[in-house]
Amino acid sequence: MQLLEQILNGITLGSIYALIAIGYTMVYGVIGMINFAHGEVYMVGAFVGLIVMTILSSIGASLVPVYLIAMLLIAILVSSVLGWSIERVAYRPLRGKHRLIPLISAIGMSFFLQNFMQLSQGPRPFAVKQLIPGSFTVSESFSISYMQILIPVVTLVFMVLFTYFISKTKLGVACRATEQDRRMANLLGINTDTIISVIFVIGASLAAVAGVLVSLYYGTVRDTMGFIIGIKAFTAAVLGGIGSIPGAMLGGFVLGFTESFASAYIGGDYKDIVSFVLLLLILLVLPSGLLGKAEIEKV
Amino acid sequence: MLNMQPSLLSVDSIALSFGGLLAVDRVSFAVESGQIFSIIGPNGAGKTTIFNCISGFYAPNTGNISFNGHAIEGRSSHKIAKYGLVRTFQNIRLFKEMTVLENLLVAQHNIANRNLISGIIKLPQYRKAESEALDKAEYWLYQLGLTAFANREANSLAYGQQRTLEIARCMVTEPTMLLLDEPAAGLNPKETEELDELIVQLRDMYGITVLLIEHDMKLVMNISDRILVLDQGRVIANDLPSEVQSDPAVISAYLGEEE
Amino acid sequence: MKQNFQNAIIATVLSFVLLSLTIGGLIQVEGIETTVVARPWYVVIGCTIVFIIQLFRDQLVFVFKGFGNVLKTLVRAEQIAEHAIQLKGSDRFNPLFYLTVLICLSVYPFIVSDKLWIGMFIDIYIYILLALGLNIVVGYAGLLNLGYIAFYAVGAYTYGILNHFYDFSFWLALPLSGMTAALAGIILGFPVLRLRGDYLAIVTLGFGQVLVILLRNLGSITGGPDGIGSIDRPTMFGIEFSRRAKEGGVPFHEFFGLEYNSIIKDFFFYFLALALVIFTIYVISRLVKMPIGRSWEALREDETACKSLGINSTSVKLSAFAISSFFAGLAGCFFAAKQRHISPESFEFIESVIVLAIVVMGGMGSTIGIILAAIFVAVLKDYSQDLQEYRMLIFSLILIVMMIWRPRGLFPATRPFIKLQNRQKSQECGC
Repeated sequence: MQLLEQILNGITLGSIYALIAIGYTMVYGVIGMINFAHGEVYMVGAFVGLIVMTILSSIGASLVPVYLIAMLLIAILVSSVLGWSIERVAYRPLRGKHRLIPLISAIGMSFFLQNFMQLSQGPRPFAVKQLIPGSFTVSESFSISYMQILIPVVTLVFMVLFTYFISKTKLGVACRATEQDRRMANLLGINTDTIISVIFVIGASLAAVAGVLVSLYYGTVRDTMGFIIGIKAFTAAVLGGIGSIPGAMLGGFVLGFTESFASAYIGGDYKDIVSFVLLLLILLVLPSGLLGKAEIEKV
Repeated sequence: MLNMQPSLLSVDSIALSFGGLLAVDRVSFAVESGQIFSIIGPNGAGKTTIFNCISGFYAPNTGNISFNGHAIEGRSSHKIAKYGLVRTFQNIRLFKEMTVLENLLVAQHNIANRNLISGIIKLPQYRKAESEALDKAEYWLYQLGLTAFANREANSLAYGQQRTLEIARCMVTEPTMLLLDEPAAGLNPKETEELDELIVQLRDMYGITVLLIEHDMKLVMNISDRILVLDQGRVIANDLPSEVQSDPAVISAYLGEEE
Repeated sequence: MKQNFQNAIIATVLSFVLLSLTIGGLIQVEGIETTVVARPWYVVIGCTIVFIIQLFRDQLVFVFKGFGNVLKTLVRAEQIAEHAIQLKGSDRFNPLFYLTVLICLSVYPFIVSDKLWIGMFIDIYIYILLALGLNIVVGYAGLLNLGYIAFYAVGAYTYGILNHFYDFSFWLALPLSGMTAALAGIILGFPVLRLRGDYLAIVTLGFGQVLVILLRNLGSITGGPDGIGSIDRPTMFGIEFSRRAKEGGVPFHEFFGLEYNSIIKDFFFYFLALALVIFTIYVISRLVKMPIGRSWEALREDETACKSLGINSTSVKLSAFAISSFFAGLAGCFFAAKQRHISPESFEFIESVIVLAIVVMGGMGSTIGIILAAIFVAVLKDYSQDLQEYRMLIFSLILIVMMIWRPRGLFPATRPFIKLQNRQKSQECGC
């Protein structure tokens, strides 16, 4: 039964990583930088979700779907604004400069957001009420909590929406064109500045979804929660092949499974190390990732 | 006895494709020591791709390249450079924020690079090596008329001077063969003429073999010993300049391009 | 102005959305009951600040530019003066100036004769050491190391462990600490450095985290969360600085027939740190003028060109990474000796950010700028009671603002001026 449990855990974790990794991979694909502040967007999304939940419960809302939809939508709204502003304030003025420069700005932004949340809410964890308690009992020794079903389902919904957007809508196609060749897209009359903003907004929205789901699943939210998960989601993006959207999803799940099994068989203390070792291994053996293309150096 | 000496550079049937598009299609040619050998062809004919294969930035899918007795296909570029084959770039690649002199010193990095300690405590042998590197840099600055700019940042130079500096930077590495990727691009006619003289001078005085990619037909016809014409990744001619000029395949390839 | 007004309105609306659901509501937990207390004033103040900044954007840019120009002029003037000196034939090294600085720094501890003030300078020296080391990677080689403090930890724990288990002395452990840190850098850098530079940032970031986790969990070696205690202080030619010497040793005060005073120990650490700083400045200033240092910079400028000239970019990057880690290791060893007790919490990620802030502020590649920035940051970090809460916020803002405003730092490095030897206008070169 432990095996099944780990598989379920892997799916849950993997969903979260996949949602966040998409933001990393898209931004990397289009402007070639690691958006270190992405993990913090996820953290802010989780906080917004908690605040919305608390407000709703104080005005006496009782329907679970109302909670869920309100939390997700408002967290998406705030995170989108945040993602857009981050790009506008900290990255856009630095375009075309040495690649070290936006990277430093990004780490500054990440640190800024973390400290901003810490100053405004306090440096401690906040408990999140269980929204959907209870579980399916499959057999005596094995049950699936409702949250473990909800997370993959919500993730799936957003992945489908996202895939539809990126492959079917005009804006989505423009996003992909910009990712492939920014200069060419520009020549074709695509306003690449707008597209970059759109990409930040989408990435941030998916991160906010992940934030809300995680806070419901683990029942806790805190200022530092975005940091490690950010590194891991980036690992997932590299694992899948940086710049590749299906790669990010796949990488997320591979990492989720690896970690879930590792923490079961090696011990929870070392589960953060597993993903790091995995990152080093991919870079050593398969630097272009599972689904990525080997990059050709422009000379 | 016939001359049995192998060519300095021989490219044997190399091919390279990018995502299904065949950029270089079984190209072969050989450059003899002391030649000025030019590659011409319309845009997108695969000239720079061949350069990148020779200088180790791309690895060809198939085929062999040998330089001075070394098999170099798929080798890393820094190793190829150490064999004495150095290149310039179509869009000048200088160390922009470093001074002209520093650009030339960087290129001589392997002198005295090995021993950190002797450099830190400035042993005589280190000073001597540094002084020699500086001498060589000054020599080439003087030869190419850049002495006055020695301590200026590279990106403050005029365009033509930046091109010259890039050649100087190659020369301080004491190469056997120089790959010049469109060295006349962006130069005015007078500068082009000077470049023309310089290339010939490098060959005549220093015995440098030159492989040249160029758009400027006049320059190519004047100085080349042999010309390779490419079109859509294929060789369509490999002959003396006078022959190439009258080759119908070449004319049609060029007429096709220049509307 | 109209444009700015429009932008200001948009920015204000957006900040309202951002602020009202983050800082605008304080989450309060009482028992099992969680409530949100509205804090409208925070939102109003935040929005007003954004509105004003957006509205007077042009003016602000103007002010910043003006300030930047003043700095530029200063740097330029210094450069011209320096060139003038060099053209006269004297060396770059100006002994009088350095001697004065050295004398001032040497008499300082005796003048203040106060533990706190000496301690502050020792802290500053540690930050200078760290920042100079990080500068090699970030400033010269143009690579981002976000886990720099991990190498400092490697140095500290090397001394801690060697001393605790094997009784190594400080002086023996000092070079070993540096080398262990360098080795750690090489092992970590090897898989990453042949790839694009920015992967290094995330891998070092991860390494910093992982190392802290390992330090916490490998209790039998590292002492776990409690760390390693009672590490030996360094001795000076076998003379100790404690009240009572270990078996067979002689304490300093007895050796010189003085009254025991614990401040003597602080003097000793002060000069030890100063000596390390001088050593580091000297070595680095030599390295950057050597072929290896020039290759670092060339790599930052254009990696492709480097390769085409026969520079093995991977090994050049690795050398920068290893040497930079070496200095972090030295600093770590000194830190362990000074604290006598090390634990994982001294090596958290924020420390890496602080050191990075110093490098970024001071001017990448500029030694004097880094020294000034280290003083500013160290004082702000540990000796400003009022700003305590906001200091991390300030450091992060420094990173962003500096990148937008002056990415080369407040005091950017000037290019070295190399006097031509002019020996052979017509003479043949040996080539």
